Amino acid sequence: MTSDAEAIGVWAERPAARPAAIQFLRALRRHPLGMFGLVGVVVLLVMAVFAPWIAPHSASSQDFALLDGPSWAHPFGTDRLGRDILSRVIHASRVELTVSLTSVFVGVALATVMGMVSGYVGGRADTVIQRFADMWLAFPGLILLIIISAVLGPSPRTLIIALVIGAIPGNQRIIRGAVLSEKNNVYVDAARVIGCSEVRIMFRHVFPQIVALTIVIISIAIPYIALLGAALSFLGLGLPPPTPSWGGDLSGDAREYFQDAPWMAVFPGAAISLTVLSFNMLGDAMRDIFDPRLRGSVR
Amino acid sequence: MTKYIIRRLVYLVPVVIGVSLITFLLMRVVPGDVAVVALGTNATEESLAEFRHAYGLDEPLFDYRPPFGQYGDWIGGFFTGDFGKSYFSRTPVRDELAHRLPVTLQLAIMSLFITLVPAIPAGVIAAVRPNSLIDLVTRTAAVFGLSIPVFWLGTLFILLPAIWFNWTPPFGRVSFFDDPVKNLQQFTLPALAMSIPSMAGIVRLVRSSVLEVLRQDYVRTARSKGLRETIVIWRHVLKNGLIPVVTVVGMALGALLGGAVIIESIFALPGVGLFGLQAIMGRDYLAVQSLVMLGAFLVVIMNLVTDISYVWFDPRIRYT
Repeated sequence: MTSDAEAIGVWAERPAARPAAIQFLRALRRHPLGMFGLVGVVVLLVMAVFAPWIAPHSASSQDFALLDGPSWAHPFGTDRLGRDILSRVIHASRVELTVSLTSVFVGVALATVMGMVSGYVGGRADTVIQRFADMWLAFPGLILLIIISAVLGPSPRTLIIALVIGAIPGNQRIIRGAVLSEKNNVYVDAARVIGCSEVRIMFRHVFPQIVALTIVIISIAIPYIALLGAALSFLGLGLPPPTPSWGGDLSGDAREYFQDAPWMAVFPGAAISLTVLSFNMLGDAMRDIFDPRLRGSVR
Repeated sequence: MTKYIIRRLVYLVPVVIGVSLITFLLMRVVPGDVAVVALGTNATEESLAEFRHAYGLDEPLFDYRPPFGQYGDWIGGFFTGDFGKSYFSRTPVRDELAHRLPVTLQLAIMSLFITLVPAIPAGVIAAVRPNSLIDLVTRTAAVFGLSIPVFWLGTLFILLPAIWFNWTPPFGRVSFFDDPVKNLQQFTLPALAMSIPSMAGIVRLVRSSVLEVLRQDYVRTARSKGLRETIVIWRHVLKNGLIPVVTVVGMALGALLGGAVIIESIFALPGVGLFGLQAIMGRDYLAVQSLVMLGAFLVVIMNLVTDISYVWFDPRIRYT
């Protein structure tokens, strides 16, 4: 059970409070699926950081038999250019994780700033930001991201820009809503009375109140953005070949070989699914722990 | 209420105009020359110029004199039902869309049906018996469902029957009314692949919303006056517990066009989504602009319909 001190939100005044990370890990013990997700994410990060040492071969060497089925030498088989698929899957984790995490952090940071300005400042700034967001959200599905990718041409940078644009509009609206209800609190008036500037109130008083929400938003956005990025790569708009990428290796002319070499289709897709699954499970647990009010809500 | 609807409709105009302007401008900065894409790199300078003139591509983008530049010409036509011609097929965009729309609509209707029929009961049962075996299985299945990319699922749905049973969906689209069996053979797997992520989302939504309603005072009242549990659930809980599903269904119908892009390109179904993707890649300006515009209308109208339907489903809600 949570103590009264926790319930009324005065963690900092508890004697010898544990660091937040330790508290989080302790809370995670009651979430077996969350624990599974954490292990998955850690494995993934290790794989990405040490990819060149873990992968048996390079991602691009075409030294092996073409379209060779799974064997001890090539557990995931080889592709149509004679590249080792296991090595490609491992190497791809680097670029996939870099792109997804960068996009989520940049996107949520921008969304937070926009949502806070819109909600706290209000007035004309609010109108302008929200009308732009309306247009942004009126684009059906992936279409805006596809057009932007077509304008910029396939590259990791394009993919990040497209995904950042995909992450902003919905999330800024959630932040705006939270700030709107937060700014009516007495502590905001109190801060104003003692002479704090509006900017200071916004960042030093209101922002700490929405940090938990922001963390929850990040944990929901990571699996969502990872799937979106893989989909764009799959459509040939994200990471261009020969860059190893899970979505990209399932797309384009590779598709013509799937009937004869199904392992080409199975392993990169399984890698995306396991990645997203780990982040989803960890995210669900984080949402329960950081924001009990949202317990059990969607996505 | 009427006032509210009128205000929302008026509001909607600048949003849709903004979408059309953004699309128009973004498409013009896609690298590459439409005329060269359409006629090939061997085309002479003369034929290129002729092509540009025939399609009005030599006009300024914006102009205050008739025909009001490329944008004005197109949007004026759009609101009178003339979407312009495709640069590649050289047929009116409206006809192109009209004969592709049934494919996308059928996909949408089938996948909506496949989604809701199992998802709603599963969500309700999971909420009524929290932490039971059914609840745990449903929740775990839902996390898996949310984590599998649609394009991989689609790929597997083509690949596995081909390998195991040597069966592939019949080629060449047939209408449901001409040959229902063949038509369903073509559409069932893509619709199923499209449904699985939304099924997972709806199960979770229904579960949490029903759980929330079960905590309400009026549910306790209903129980304490001696109603059987089935009646409490059917008559009292579901009425409020299923309202959020309306929002999700509304949003899903709005986003229909975007969702169809991936599944149509995997299964090679000649629908509106695949057409849109090809049009963007080929810089078929008028086709892209008209399609995005129609899609945006669908999104904003569905949002409005969703908001209005709340009043019908939940009389406690009032808009002013």
